[in-house]
Amino acid sequence: MIGSPVLRREDRRLLTGSAVYLDDIELPGAYEAAFLRSPHASARILSMDTSAAAALPGVLGVWSGHDLAQLAKPIPPKVTHPELQDVPRYSLPPESVHFVGEPIAVVVAVSRYVAEDALDLIEVDYEVRPAVSSTAAALAPDAPLVHEHLESNVAVHITQRAGHPDQALAEAPHRLSETFTVHRGGGHSMETRGVAARYDVGTGQLTVWDTTQSPHYVRNMLAFLYELSEDEIRVIAPADVGGGFGPKAQFYGEEAVIPFLARLLQHPVKWIEDRRENFLATMMERGQTHRVEIGFDDDGHILAVKDVFEHDQGAYCAGLQVPTITLSTLPGQYKIPNIHSELYACYTNMVPTSSVRGAGRPQAVVAMERMVDRMAEHLGLDPAEARRRNLVQADEFPYRAGLTFRDGSPLTYDSGNFPELLARVLERVGYDEQREQQKELRARGVLRGIGLAGYVEGCGLGPYEGSRFRLKNDGTILVTLAAAPQGQGYETVYAQIASDAMGLDMEHIWVRTGDTSTIPFGQGTFASRNTATAGPATLQAGQLMRERILSVAGVLLKADPSDLTFVGNRVQVKDDPDRSVTLKDVAQVANVGRHGITLPPGVVPGLETTSYFAPERAAYASGTHVAVVDVDPETGAVDIVAYVIGHDCGTVVNPLLVDGQVLGGFAHGIGNALLEQSFYDSSGQPQSTSYLDYSLPSAVEVPPVELVHVHSPSPLNPLGAKGAGEGGTIPAPAAIANAVEDALRPFGARITELPLSPAKIVAALSAARSGAGPSDTTIHGEV
Amino acid sequence: MLPDTPRPESLQPGEVLWLTTTVNGTRYEEVVDSRLTLADFLRGQLRLTGTHLGCEHGVCGACTVLVDGDAVRSCLMLAVQVDGRSVETVESLAEPDGELTPLQEAFSRCHAVQCGFCTSGFLMSATAALREGPVTTPGQAREVLSGNICRCTGYAGMVQALLEVGEGAPGGE
Repeated sequence: MIGSPVLRREDRRLLTGSAVYLDDIELPGAYEAAFLRSPHASARILSMDTSAAAALPGVLGVWSGHDLAQLAKPIPPKVTHPELQDVPRYSLPPESVHFVGEPIAVVVAVSRYVAEDALDLIEVDYEVRPAVSSTAAALAPDAPLVHEHLESNVAVHITQRAGHPDQALAEAPHRLSETFTVHRGGGHSMETRGVAARYDVGTGQLTVWDTTQSPHYVRNMLAFLYELSEDEIRVIAPADVGGGFGPKAQFYGEEAVIPFLARLLQHPVKWIEDRRENFLATMMERGQTHRVEIGFDDDGHILAVKDVFEHDQGAYCAGLQVPTITLSTLPGQYKIPNIHSELYACYTNMVPTSSVRGAGRPQAVVAMERMVDRMAEHLGLDPAEARRRNLVQADEFPYRAGLTFRDGSPLTYDSGNFPELLARVLERVGYDEQREQQKELRARGVLRGIGLAGYVEGCGLGPYEGSRFRLKNDGTILVTLAAAPQGQGYETVYAQIASDAMGLDMEHIWVRTGDTSTIPFGQGTFASRNTATAGPATLQAGQLMRERILSVAGVLLKADPSDLTFVGNRVQVKDDPDRSVTLKDVAQVANVGRHGITLPPGVVPGLETTSYFAPERAAYASGTHVAVVDVDPETGAVDIVAYVIGHDCGTVVNPLLVDGQVLGGFAHGIGNALLEQSFYDSSGQPQSTSYLDYSLPSAVEVPPVELVHVHSPSPLNPLGAKGAGEGGTIPAPAAIANAVEDALRPFGARITELPLSPAKIVAALSAARSGAGPSDTTIHGEV
Repeated sequence: MLPDTPRPESLQPGEVLWLTTTVNGTRYEEVVDSRLTLADFLRGQLRLTGTHLGCEHGVCGACTVLVDGDAVRSCLMLAVQVDGRSVETVESLAEPDGELTPLQEAFSRCHAVQCGFCTSGFLMSATAALREGPVTTPGQAREVLSGNICRCTGYAGMVQALLEVGEGAPGGE
C-alpha cells in the first residue's frame, strides 16, 4: 500500500458534520471559562478587584495569578541554550505583563456569554511602562528593557561558523550585501486553541482534552506544574483537530489553568479560544531582519556568506527552535566553503514567537536565495545558471555543510538531488521560453519576472516516536500512535504502512492517535517529523506483529510460520486454503484465553508489539520553486502566471496526501509572500486582530500550481521517508520576491521586505524612479 | 424549556424569546436568549455541531449555513432571526442512509479535505452556488470558494471537486 493514493478514511465524518472537534465533545453541564487579558504591552499590575465579577449571577469564580499560587512555576522553554537569558513565563503572571493579550485572570461561569460579561466587571490598575515592538527598537541604544532585571533585550546571541568567512569575504573578488526584513505572521489554524478538562473524584484521574499537536508534552508539562505523577493525568488530542501549523505544538498558560480549575471545582471546565484571542495570544513567527553579505568569484562561485540576523522572540522565550533552525538553514543547496551565521534573538513586547509551518526556514531562504539573484544580476549571469554552478552534487551525499542543526547533530544532508530538482522545475515551467517571452513582454511594457528559490529542510527530528500494535478480540489490528494529527490523514497513512509491514489488507487495520492513556511515551506532531519517525516505528512494530501472529497460527495449524500467509482476515497455509485460522481465533487463543486453562504448547500470549524509532539525526528534504509573475506598476498588484514546485521528500507513502501537504503549504507561502502581516504599533498594540486587517489567502489569491517530484529516500530510516509538511511554504516568499524584483529590474527597484504588499512594491518603484536607486544595496570590493 | 419555566437563579436574567424554526426539515419550538447567535443555537442547543466557528466575525465562512436557501454566516446572525424560517446545515446534505451528495463525494475523491474544520462551510457555500447554476470554469469555481477560508488544502482539490460536479470540463485546471 505504500506509494498508493488511497482515499482518506477520515473524510466521511468530516464531510457529514459528524466529526468531533474539541468544542463538540459532550461534557454536559461543563462550565465555560474566559480570560482577562492585558490591554498593555508592558505594565505592572498594581491592583485587581474581581469582586463585582465574582458576584455576577452565573459566575462560579474568578482567579488571578495571586489566587493560583500553586501554579506559580514558570513554563520552561521548549528548546533552550546554555547562554539563554531566560525569563519566567507564568500561566497567569501576578505582578507584571509583557504583551497585549497576556492572560492575567480567568472567570469560570455557566456559559461563555456570562463569563465574558464578568470580564467587563474586573477592575485592574496598571502602571504602564514603555514597550518595544520591533527588534530594531529592542536593540536601539537606551531601549526600554522588556524585562527590567536583564541588562539588554538580547535573549541569546549565537554564532555558527564554517571555514574562514571573514578572510574569504575580504579576499573575494566580488562582495554584495543587503538587508532583508520578514515580518511577523501566524499559523491561523481554522480551529482555534481549546482545552476541556474533567476530574474524576473516584479514580483521581484528571482527563484533559486539548487541541494540542503534542499530547504527551502537555501531559508532562501538567505533571511538572501540578507536581502530580504523569499517570494521574490523561491528555487526549481529539481525533479531529482543525489544523495545527506549529502554534498548537507549544504550551500555553491557558492549558495549565483550565485543568487545574476542573480539579479544583471537581466539575468539567472548558475554554475555547476565540479568534480575537488567537490574534492576541497565540504564538506567531517569522519576524526577522537579516544583514547578509555574499562573496563570489568572476564565474559566480560563492566563496563565503555572512548573515547576521535579529530574531523577534517576543515577550518570553517559549523555545529557541525557530532561530536555531534559521542559523543552519542558510547555506541551503549550495556548496559554500565559508559560512558565518549569527543570531541575535531579541525580547520584544509582543506575543512570544514559536514555530509556524516553515519554522525559521523561509527567512533563511530569503537571505540566501535573494543574494544568489543579486550575484547573478551583478555578473550578468542567468539566475538558474548561477544556482547550477553552486549546487551540492548528487554524488556528494552525505554532505556536511560545516554547521550544526537544531537537533544538535552536524548539519549533514543525508540524500537528495538538487541539480535534478532544478532541471525538472526549469523544464516544467519552460524556462528558456519564459525568458524569451519575458523579453517580448518587456518590450511591450509588461513587467514580467521569473524567480527561483531552493531549500533544504531538516526534518524527521528525534528524539523518537512510537507505534503500538494490538490484535483486538474481534480479530482486527489496532495501531496506536502517540502523535496526534491535525488534518494530515494519519488514520489512512499509518494503516497503509501497517498493511505493508504485516502483509495484511488495510481493511483489518485501524489507527488511533493522540491519547496518553493508550501509549506511554511520545513527542508529537511538529517539524515534519512523523512519517520519518512514527512511520518506521509502525513498520517495525507491524513486522513484529506479523511474526507473533504467524507464530501462534503456526501452533494452531501445526505448520511452519514461514509457510503461512494472510488471506483476508485469515492466516492460511500458503498452498493449502483448507488449512486456515481467523485472526479472531488467534486472538481468542493468545489474548483472550480461557480462565485457568493451559495454553497450547508454543503459543506466546499477549499479541501486542511496540516499537519506538529514534533517528540517529535529522533527515533533509529539499525542493526548488519557480515563480513567474506580472507586476502592475500602477497598483503594485502581483499576478502569479505560472508556478512550479519541485519537491523531494524521499519515499512517498500516499502521493495524494503528500501533494495535499505541498499545495496547502504553498498557500501558506503565498500568504507569507504577499498578504500576511501582523502589525503592531510602536507602543506594542496589535493592529491586525481580525481577518479584515490580516488577509489569509482565499481561492482567488492562490494560483494553480504544478508539482514535480524527485524521490531521494533517506538512508536514515527503513521507510526512506522525509518530511512533507513544510516544503510548500519554505521557499515561496523568496521565489516570489525574486520574481517581483526580476519584473522590476528595468527600473532597478529593490525588494527587501516581506510580505510584498502592493504599497511596498509601488514604494520600491517610486524610490527607483526618483533616482534613489537601490538604497539598501552596498557593493564592495570592485577592483 | 417552556417560557414560564423559572430560570435557574444562576442565569443572567436576559430577554428570553420563543423561536419557531425548521432546521434540516425538523420543526423546533425553542426558547432562546435574545443575544444567542444562530451558530451557538445550532451547536449548543440543537447539538448540530457540524457547523463550526472559525472567526466569529464573518470572514472565514466555516459557520456558513443556508437560511431559506441563502448562504449566511451563522456567527453573524442571531438565533431569533431565523424565527419562522428554514435552516439547512451540513448535517442535511447526505441522505439518511448515509449516501453522500456528489459534491461531498467529489471533495473526498479530489482530496479537498484535510483537517475538515472549514469543510462544512465550503460545502454549504458551494451547495448554494450550485443550486443557482452550473460552475463550469476554474475562475468561477475559485470565485464561489473565495468567500471561505481554508488553511490546509491550498484549494486545488476544492476547485477540482466543484468542476467535477458543476458540469464543468473534466480535468479542471
